[in-house]
Amino acid sequence: MATTISPAEPAAPLVAPPAARRFRWLGDRRLSAMFIAPALALLLFLSVFPLLWALYLSFTNYSATRDTPAQWVWFDNYRDILTSATVHQRALTTLMYVIGAVGLQTVLGFSIAYLISRRVRGRGLMTTLFLVPMMLSPVVVGLFWRFMLDTQFGVVNSLLNSLGFGSVEWLTKQRTALLSLIVVDTWQWTPFIMLIALAGLTAVPKYLYEAASIDRASEWFRFRHITLPLVWPLLLIAVLFRAIEAFRLFDLVYILTNGGPGVSTETLSFHVYKVAFLGFDTGAASAYGILMVLVVIVLAQFYLRYLEKLRST
Amino acid sequence: MALHIDETVAAEAGAAHRNPPRGPQRRRRGTLRTWLEIVVLAAFAVVMLFPVVWMLETSLKENRDVYAVPAQFFRFDVTLDHYKDVFVQRDGSGTSDLAVSYKNSILVAGTSTILATLLGVPAAWAYSRFALKAKKDQLFFILSTRFMPPVVVVIPIFLMYRDLGLINTKLGLVLIYAAFNLPFTIWMMKGFVDEVPAEYEDAAMLDGYSRFEAFWRFTLPLLVPGIAATAVFALIFSWNEFVFAIFLTSSDSARTAPPAIAGLIGGTTIDWGLVAASAMVFAVPVLLFAFLVRKHLVAGVTLGAVRR
Repeated sequence: MATTISPAEPAAPLVAPPAARRFRWLGDRRLSAMFIAPALALLLFLSVFPLLWALYLSFTNYSATRDTPAQWVWFDNYRDILTSATVHQRALTTLMYVIGAVGLQTVLGFSIAYLISRRVRGRGLMTTLFLVPMMLSPVVVGLFWRFMLDTQFGVVNSLLNSLGFGSVEWLTKQRTALLSLIVVDTWQWTPFIMLIALAGLTAVPKYLYEAASIDRASEWFRFRHITLPLVWPLLLIAVLFRAIEAFRLFDLVYILTNGGPGVSTETLSFHVYKVAFLGFDTGAASAYGILMVLVVIVLAQFYLRYLEKLRST
Repeated sequence: MALHIDETVAAEAGAAHRNPPRGPQRRRRGTLRTWLEIVVLAAFAVVMLFPVVWMLETSLKENRDVYAVPAQFFRFDVTLDHYKDVFVQRDGSGTSDLAVSYKNSILVAGTSTILATLLGVPAAWAYSRFALKAKKDQLFFILSTRFMPPVVVVIPIFLMYRDLGLINTKLGLVLIYAAFNLPFTIWMMKGFVDEVPAEYEDAAMLDGYSRFEAFWRFTLPLLVPGIAATAVFALIFSWNEFVFAIFLTSSDSARTAPPAIAGLIGGTTIDWGLVAASAMVFAVPVLLFAFLVRKHLVAGVTLGAVRR
């Protein structure tokens, strides 16, 4: 380390001694560079560089298993992807999943938050309990539900049977498989929306409600004109965040349905994986990935814009 | 008048009318509604927690009860065999593959968290304190790396790691997890640093300390609770991560727990009791960590961008 430049001077009575000015050579400029550079270097090495590499590969017909050098094919990969009916189908599946899951989570999460915010006692305990699903690994969540949704000895069918409904083949029928995916994702991420909504709800100043009750405003009026407008920006951020996350979802699909039955739960993320690691069509998969990144960047722009707006108010 | 206001606020559930009904009646409707709300809330809680309880029950059941039709909720024999199988090989010869993967998980998650904290905290402080060129763009860039779909990034990382010999190593996972957690650490810590007045450092510098000493001796100690919370979040993310783990490791020596647990469902018959037990063992630390950072949850899950 650096050597001490000035030895401690003998203290004058009643006056605090000036501190030893070590690290004097570390000026603001040098210090900020030293503090930021390692972090940026790691990000460049493991995020930007791979992404640029993927960008390069997306213009080639490279395959990770063949040892032939990559050939430049210009926009062929992109053209193939954007005109492929398969990809359109996957995009539709992803869209249905994202809208279904995020929509359901928003409604449920906000309702739960609203109910909790009206309770005074036990609020902390309830919030903590509701948050458990969110903290679990997607692998664990996927396995939990795969077991519960099993056609033969799954507990969900067991309950349905005892209530007099028939068994449902949750994960092995095309239509219910996507629904199962939405249900499981909703189970895991409703707490997220709930948490954000709750933060917004508890921040609404009490005097607004008091003023409203002097005016004898109805419950609905209070909700519509006080609660909702104040919570809305925060809720929108939660929804955007969830939309981004749901759009890139991979692990849950992999564990729960493996894209099946058929291709009914094959989202864009899962399709990229198949192209890259089962077909080993690395070039095409990269082009695919770059397109997905573009979508995420657009979504993230909205997210950050709202964040900025929220912070400035 | 004052009395009237108090009444309305107290019975906040009661809807206001042009001609409000008399006091007691009104209150009764309020309590009815309150009870209804509590019941609905309790129903939500039961649905949310049932899967976890069910997994816990399954992990404690004898095999014949696990596959019982209809499902047994209360009547089953308790056994700890599945938990034993998680840690010890079936034939009694030493630790199981799952136990090794748990150890790998602890090592990888722990090291990557330390690395992310060591790199992220100073960077966050610098971003908070100095007027830097294109600071907003830099911060946006940092956050945007966090939003990239993992399946997309894993393709070039896979090729890169193959060339560098990092594939199937714990170091490879540590690096990628640290990079993955860095944006989060910087954004969350920047929020914490912003809350420590810069005047403390100015005062220290007037006393003759250098800028670095002012940070090290005066600001850093105040940041410790924030650092702890941020680190726990990073730990949870690394602990739960699955996509990179499954594509960048292939042998038991480097594999972390999530892909190892997922590997249990590969065969034709699935030992659900073992799956349940290993999932429970894996989930316990996370729940504990989450409990530790419950106060910072809002800031944590939104990358520190929204503070409570």
